[in-house]
Amino acid sequence: MPRKIRVLVAKPGLDGHDRGAKVVANALKDAGMEVIYTGLHQTPEMIAESAVQEDVDVVGLSILSGAHMTMFPRVMQLLREKGAEHIIVFGGGIVPVEDVKKLEDSGVSKIFGPGTDTRDIVKYINSVFSE
Amino acid sequence: MRSGYDISALLERFYAGQVAAAARLITILENGGDDAEKVLDGIFSRTDDAYRVGLTGPPGAGKSSLLYQITKRFRKKGRKIGIIAIDPTSPFSGGALLGDRIRMQSLSEDPDVFVRSLASRGSLGGISNCTDEVTDLLDAFGKDLILIETVGVGQSELEISEKAHTVVVVLVPESGDGIQAMKAGLMEIGDIFVMNKSDHKDAEMAAAEIANSLRLKDIPEGNWNPRVILTSARENTGIDELVDVIEEHRSYLEENGLIAAKRREILFSRVRNALMDRIEKRLGRSEMVREIMKNRMDDVYNGILTPYALVHELEKTVKIK
Ligand SMILES: Nc1nc2c(ncn2[C@@H]2O[C@H](COP(=O)(O)OP(=O)(O)OP(=O)(O)O)[C@@H](O)[C@H]2O)c(=O)[nH]1
Ligand SMILES: [Mg+2]
Repeated sequence: MPRKIRVLVAKPGLDGHDRGAKVVANALKDAGMEVIYTGLHQTPEMIAESAVQEDVDVVGLSILSGAHMTMFPRVMQLLREKGAEHIIVFGGGIVPVEDVKKLEDSGVSKIFGPGTDTRDIVKYINSVFSE
Repeated sequence: MRSGYDISALLERFYAGQVAAAARLITILENGGDDAEKVLDGIFSRTDDAYRVGLTGPPGAGKSSLLYQITKRFRKKGRKIGIIAIDPTSPFSGGALLGDRIRMQSLSEDPDVFVRSLASRGSLGGISNCTDEVTDLLDAFGKDLILIETVGVGQSELEISEKAHTVVVVLVPESGDGIQAMKAGLMEIGDIFVMNKSDHKDAEMAAAEIANSLRLKDIPEGNWNPRVILTSARENTGIDELVDVIEEHRSYLEENGLIAAKRREILFSRVRNALMDRIEKRLGRSEMVREIMKNRMDDVYNGILTPYALVHELEKTVKIK
């Protein structure tokens, strides 16, 4: 039996909406993944530490608050410090096009815009681990 | 996914206290097979002194919220804590939504707390087949206290009493949990009964009901008398008492030489479970079993052979090893 893909889904920042994150978490679960959902108001430290303890393959961050340019680099830096640079980080939410480019250049594996079909997210993650 | 683990390198980093190495070793234990055995053989001599507390109860009773509160208390006493939070795997997709961390967020800021969420995977009930192994690993990682959360969904949660020194059954006033608990056999396994959400009405009455039914049990003189405690994880009340009673139960076990007995019991059930697992796998794969079943099922179907007669036949032919 192949190893299960484990994904941590978190909603960093101050705004209190996690509907999108929950929808994604459920879709990944329905696609056979083990999803650790950590809820609202996560700091980068909490996210990185949880991801390491859970030995996830993927971290998905849902961002609405506009803090993406600090949040993603910080999470990735902490993952590196904790010896978990192999973890793939993706994001979802409203991110201006020029920032998407910058983030993807800096190592964020993918940013999904608002209204992305969850099936595309599933497909993307599966394709990363299919070889 | 990643494979081909260098286990001795991982163990070295593990003994140096690296969280990422511990986490990876848990993954290896979860995936089972030869690698998992190698890990266990490596750490086994360093296990046995962590105290194990199981929390079980119906979905949403507040187990994770309570775990968070008791962890904070035990941290004040200087204990290092490992938490294993188990949620069911969906039988349809094989996936799982592991949401217990939501209630324990700030614990991830404390380096002396390690939280791992496990999906129940192949096992039918609320508990993962590798719970013992993961407990051992956290024990060998230097944790003094291992807290195990399982959802009480059927008979399966009774397994928790084979894994924990102290079993805390968490119930809530609404929805007639008390009666459900009695039916499901929870009354037999609980050392401590918690009526959580005592900020809701009827909590005291529900707790009294539990206490009453416990009084009906015939507990021999000198044995542990299960206790009933009212808590509110939300309002942070009753938690100190819960922690005190957990310690009290531990002292009771220690003073009566029962810790060693429990250890034996835990190990016995592990060997047995692992063996049963092997037998099941072997039989499932056995060509001979498949052949005989194929040839003889018609006879069962046509009433020439009873199901048990076929089982006897299989028993005679099949060698376990
Ligand atoms: N009013 C009240 N609500 C509580 C209390 N404890 C927990 N809750 C709430 O009950 C809900 C479930 O709490 P959890 O701690 O996740 O319960 P659980 O037993 O771990 O749930 P599962 O792991 O899903 O079975 C959450 O919304 C909590 O905020 C309490 O003492 N009082
Ligand atoms: Mg829980």
